[in-house]
Amino acid sequence: MRIYLSLAAAALLPVSIFAAAPIVIRNAVVLTVTKGTIRNGSVLVRDGKIAEVGTNVNAPAGATVIDASGQYIMPGIIDCHSHIIAEAINEGTVSVSSMVGIGDVLNPEDIAIYRALAGGVTTANILHGSANSIGGKCVVVKMRWGKSASELLFEGAMPGIKFALGENPKRRGLTAPFGAAPSPTPARYPATRMGVESVIRGAFNDAKVYQAAWKEYEAKKRRGEIAIPPARDLKLEPLVEVLEGKRLVHAHCYRQDEILMLLHVADDYGFHIQTLQHVLEGYKVAKEIAAHGTGASTFSDWWAYKVEAYDAIPYNAALMMRKGVLVSLNSDDAELMRHLNTEAAKVMKYGDVTETEALSTITINPAKQLRIDNRVGSIEVGKDADLAIYDAHPLSTFAKVTKVLIDGQVYFDRDKDVAERPEKEKVKQMLITKAAEEKKKSAPQGAGRRPGQ
Amino acid sequence: MRIRLSAWCALPLLLQSAEGPQVFAIRNARIVPVSRAPIEKGTVVIRDGLIDAVGANIDPPADAWVIEGAGLTVYPGLIDALSTWGIPAAAPVRSSTTATPAAPAISGPEDRPSNTSYLKAADQIVATDRSIEAARDAGFTTAITFPTANIFAGHGAIFNLAGERPGGMIVSPSAGMYIAIRTGAPGIGSRTFPGSLMGVIAYIRQIYLDADHYKLANEIYATHPQGLQRPAYDRTLAAVLESPRILLPASRAVEVDRMVRFGQELKRSTLLYGGAEAWRSAELLRQAKTPVLVSLKWPERLPTADPEAPDSLRVLEMRDKAPSTPGVLAKAQVKFAFYSDGIANPKDVAKAVKKAIDAGLAQVDAVRAMTLSAAEIYNVADRLGSIDKGKIANLVVTEGDLFQDRTKVKYVFVDGAKYEPQPDSGSARKAVEGTQ
Repeated sequence: MRIYLSLAAAALLPVSIFAAAPIVIRNAVVLTVTKGTIRNGSVLVRDGKIAEVGTNVNAPAGATVIDASGQYIMPGIIDCHSHIIAEAINEGTVSVSSMVGIGDVLNPEDIAIYRALAGGVTTANILHGSANSIGGKCVVVKMRWGKSASELLFEGAMPGIKFALGENPKRRGLTAPFGAAPSPTPARYPATRMGVESVIRGAFNDAKVYQAAWKEYEAKKRRGEIAIPPARDLKLEPLVEVLEGKRLVHAHCYRQDEILMLLHVADDYGFHIQTLQHVLEGYKVAKEIAAHGTGASTFSDWWAYKVEAYDAIPYNAALMMRKGVLVSLNSDDAELMRHLNTEAAKVMKYGDVTETEALSTITINPAKQLRIDNRVGSIEVGKDADLAIYDAHPLSTFAKVTKVLIDGQVYFDRDKDVAERPEKEKVKQMLITKAAEEKKKSAPQGAGRRPGQ
Repeated sequence: MRIRLSAWCALPLLLQSAEGPQVFAIRNARIVPVSRAPIEKGTVVIRDGLIDAVGANIDPPADAWVIEGAGLTVYPGLIDALSTWGIPAAAPVRSSTTATPAAPAISGPEDRPSNTSYLKAADQIVATDRSIEAARDAGFTTAITFPTANIFAGHGAIFNLAGERPGGMIVSPSAGMYIAIRTGAPGIGSRTFPGSLMGVIAYIRQIYLDADHYKLANEIYATHPQGLQRPAYDRTLAAVLESPRILLPASRAVEVDRMVRFGQELKRSTLLYGGAEAWRSAELLRQAKTPVLVSLKWPERLPTADPEAPDSLRVLEMRDKAPSTPGVLAKAQVKFAFYSDGIANPKDVAKAVKKAIDAGLAQVDAVRAMTLSAAEIYNVADRLGSIDKGKIANLVVTEGDLFQDRTKVKYVFVDGAKYEPQPDSGSARKAVEGTQ
């Protein structure tokens, strides 16, 4: 039993046997995304970074060799919109919930991390939900399965914040259903798209007042005057960071009118919208989006699930790309996250983009949108060794992930996973039996008998 | 007045120690002081509610009521480190024909939702609460009881489990601020802020920022009232500032990690309560020097759980190893104490501790966790938690080692007054020696 338990504990840790020694992955097709495709190529990984890429790399003595004959290496997939790992998604009680943050509620034991790894994902943008015009703070994480919450965080990645437009922040769905007693609390403002705009403008007006109050206090302090500092406001601080360009805005949106509205509001207040999320009507206003240097993170062919998603078309990603918009594909879903490679393939099928353009939508483009492209998103010397190895071309429906590396460590190994399943099942059955036996033992003697029977 | 007195006389069993002997000596007993090695055969002298003397070679004083202790063991009285004993259960909601007042509109942390930080358990304790006697019969002499109804629930009180009036029972009215992490209805969550886990965390963070600002602003204003806007009075912040420590919930390892870091961020002396999976987090807790109050309600599969929904390996392991938490923490030198966590019959508490002993906790560490460690965690080890001269005379005298199946509690001393548990009854009681 002791052996079973320690095995189970070991299974919870990442596969770290390769951590110390350099790794050479040989004989693979290397899809670098930014530097072309190398047939019969190799990648050398040292100290968590990509050290060499080419047909002929200098493998140091003692390096661990992974023979990837007939396999494909691509950069680890980056999902620009996910809600896995979070133990709370929405603080939907207020119109502006910028005081809350996903970073406070990460659950590094969420099994969705491991399953995302099995789908080749190595980095994700974990967003607050879309219940509020201005939502909570977001974080970028790596899928370091087995590590603690703080160790998941992508070091140095800029923090983000979620905005949302349209039906979700309107909260029409949360008014009392017909015939039900009215709620003791009134339906939350706003109830229209106009209201959403007013909430965003109002919040940034407040943020500017707050920013000015701090500036005034600091000026007084410099002049040596006695002053009470303003109270720190966790709701307005992130908005001041947005105004100062220190926090990226990721805005959930669908319709072209609300997209243009948000771009105008941002222009008025002098801040930047980093990405539009979903943006299913983005193809209608692609020129305006491109002119703002705003990115678009969309679905391949997921639509008509709500009234504002009726005008979606499968050519959206490709059309926006052709107008100069930086486009990525995202999952917004733990299951879709596991096959973003086939989502990219759909863009190729519908939009007639190149293979590299298709792969870009799940690698280098989301990396640029999250401003982490100096570290990840392509296979280049000096970048993090975040790699996904497939047994077939990743744009093929038949491709399966065989191994995934993050920072040069193997975090997913399909063969190892399959081999460990019987042992884990055994441990599980053992624990179930043990608990049942203890329950029986601790039950009072003669339980179930009634006096007189 | 006369009527009230006669009403009291009709309940003679409620009369307590005033007329009882003031001096006791337990001789020839095994003594476990906890603060040092056990004395195999010795005497404890109790005088005026305090421990007057303890040792192997002490003669009972001439004025003492002598208790023959051969075959008995004397321990410090047990402490429930996070309790609701002494506070009667909340009265059922009154059905009323008048309309219930509308809930105040909550637009954010500034409206101080779910915040009764100014409540004090010390003001809510009822001396005749039935839970007090039942706990005493099981060997408990002290409980650290908290209001628990809100996110900021209020101040806990350390109180001794016997007395005529609550005021005389209180050891300290300020044990710490109980913080609950709870969010309204399941599903879409509460309709008022905070409605999510991250909302609650942000709210707690904002309250402590506000409290620090409140203190600073009032200090500046007190010295320079002219020419400055006066800070607004806020009873919730004033109360938060009074508390010497905070209690944060953490059962799963993820929560332990989260709350240890949160406590550090808030720069408050932090206790965690829960601890079911803290066996995974011993190293972190040791480094952070964060004490843990371990719930004695060990997790198990709910009888209402869906039989078709199997538990994950992770959950099965957590349940299997939860009782090993205290042993693991003891080895890692993490300070911990136990709490009853609503176990209905205080006598079942001993059974729950036995489970931890079976899972690797040394008997001596179990006793320490229930006595001196709890006193140390709440910074009252100078008056409670061990059998030392000058400390409060809270003792439990047993036949057999504490927490073993056949052990009997023979006597309990609270503030130097002697109580004898009724055999086989948690609720019947026997009043003080000497008055009968």
